Amino acid sequence: MQKRVTFSHRYLPYLLVAPQIIITVIFFIWPAGQAVVQSVLVEDAFGLSTEFVWFENYQELFADPSYLQTFYRTIVFSFSTAALAMGFSLLLAVMADRIIKGESVYKTMLIWPYAVAPALAGVLWFMMFNPTIGIISFLLGKVGVSWNHYLNGDQAFLLVVIAAAWKQISYNFVFFLAGLQAVPRSLIEAAAIDGAGPFRRFWSIVFPLLSPTTFFLLVVNLVYAFFDTFAVIHATTQGGPAKATEILVYKVFNDGFIGLDLGGSAAQSVVLMVIVIVLTIVQFKYVERKVAY
Amino acid sequence: MVENRPFLTLLSHLIMIAGVAIVALPVWIAFVISTMDATDLLGGVAPLWPGDQFLENYATILFQGEQASSAPPVLLMMTNSLIMALGIAIGKIVISIISAYAIVYFRFPFRMFFFWMIFMTLMLPVEVRIMPTFKVIADLNMLNSYAGLTIPLIASATATFLFRQFFLTVPEELLEAARIDGAGPVKFFIDILLPLSRTNIAALFVILFIYGWNQYLWPLIVTTEDSYYTVVMGVQRMVAVPDADPIWHYVMTTALLGMLPPALVVLFMQKLFVKGLVEQEK
Repeated sequence: MQKRVTFSHRYLPYLLVAPQIIITVIFFIWPAGQAVVQSVLVEDAFGLSTEFVWFENYQELFADPSYLQTFYRTIVFSFSTAALAMGFSLLLAVMADRIIKGESVYKTMLIWPYAVAPALAGVLWFMMFNPTIGIISFLLGKVGVSWNHYLNGDQAFLLVVIAAAWKQISYNFVFFLAGLQAVPRSLIEAAAIDGAGPFRRFWSIVFPLLSPTTFFLLVVNLVYAFFDTFAVIHATTQGGPAKATEILVYKVFNDGFIGLDLGGSAAQSVVLMVIVIVLTIVQFKYVERKVAY
Repeated sequence: MVENRPFLTLLSHLIMIAGVAIVALPVWIAFVISTMDATDLLGGVAPLWPGDQFLENYATILFQGEQASSAPPVLLMMTNSLIMALGIAIGKIVISIISAYAIVYFRFPFRMFFFWMIFMTLMLPVEVRIMPTFKVIADLNMLNSYAGLTIPLIASATATFLFRQFFLTVPEELLEAARIDGAGPVKFFIDILLPLSRTNIAALFVILFIYGWNQYLWPLIVTTEDSYYTVVMGVQRMVAVPDADPIWHYVMTTALLGMLPPALVVLFMQKLFVKGLVEQEK
């Protein structure tokens, strides 16, 4: 945790941590505290008086079917995004691990989407699926699927899942490939001598050994889908059509800035904070111990 | 390779090529559209081969911006993005490295308290405290300013942890030797610790530059004046045009320009990038 030998100085260490602590207090802890305070208050329509209402905002929130629906939608969205991004990357990483010649070329060509902002990833796929000019909607039309994410909620949902997952492929690929390369060759060779084919070797040896990486990536991808995909949705479908792509983070923003429902928005913020805290603890527990198998 | 199976190797290559193609396709189509004329796109689905408007579109977008949605010139937005990305990356590295130094190399009251306080920022992303943070910025008169765009984002638990982790691996003997030679804390930090941290700083810089450049929600709420727009959030203005189709060739030109700088950083500093990515999660 700390060095055996240390400096001692009366005020220097405080000076060194001061910038970080000041920013943390002003821009992180204070606003978070305000959100908690706001969430137990109700303000009248003119903002003239506020009233302490205990947990009324929360009760209202969880009694509101549209909030519960958004909650459910967010969970479906996050797991679909994580599953799509991880499945695709794992397939590519397994293939890249097999290949000896040209592996680094493929790696370079797969790594750059990490640099693309989620908002821009959203805009790209928005264009690919555009009913008029989009090549994918055109091809789908050829096989009899009429695609219009401006009207069809399920299609809009699929669109944001694909855009969000696309951006995450390179991240997952890097970690899966590192995980695969850490699998001891001797184990695979032993299995091969015993007559196990490539698929059997993957399912019985490589995949179980990869589980710490998989679990870690699952948490990271869920956090990403929960919080960083706001841009994907705001830049493209704006939560629509008819709220089909509204996820929790988008709803907080929308209710707060557009709907100006301060108490409700604050209560939503607190719920989100609890989710982040749980996810962070899960992530850290894992980092401390690694998953046993 | 464990055994020689030419068919499987071929299949691997085919799947990899298909994967790379799927990943690259949207960017290729975006590039094609960005070289088109408005009339080229009237006929329906976008073609697969570039048109001849490359210079015109990029010049218009860079220096004038898209007039229809009164978005500012992209060159201006890219300058803002650059200032924001550099400000965030450098700011995060500076304040994290000095606080990690204090936490590892000094013994002082409230040391662990400060450590946990920094840790808490990990659990409070902007997304979950949008409204109150906006209010703080507004009260401090930091809306529409570069300070408002960067300073609130530069607290960093991950960067602090990274440096702390690294400092813990630095041999104790270095500090003992430095002290015997009469070096004080400042001299030790500047002459010994900083040079040792060079690669870590560089790797972290790559990741943080991309993080800063790609910010969306923050510039969206902190800027209301066009002149402070960043390119990543500015493109949204061109997409969400009410009651009309976006002007696709301009939107795609802007989107490509917006992803170019971080993509170049990743491609040219691939080793550092991967190092930064993997180390961040330790």
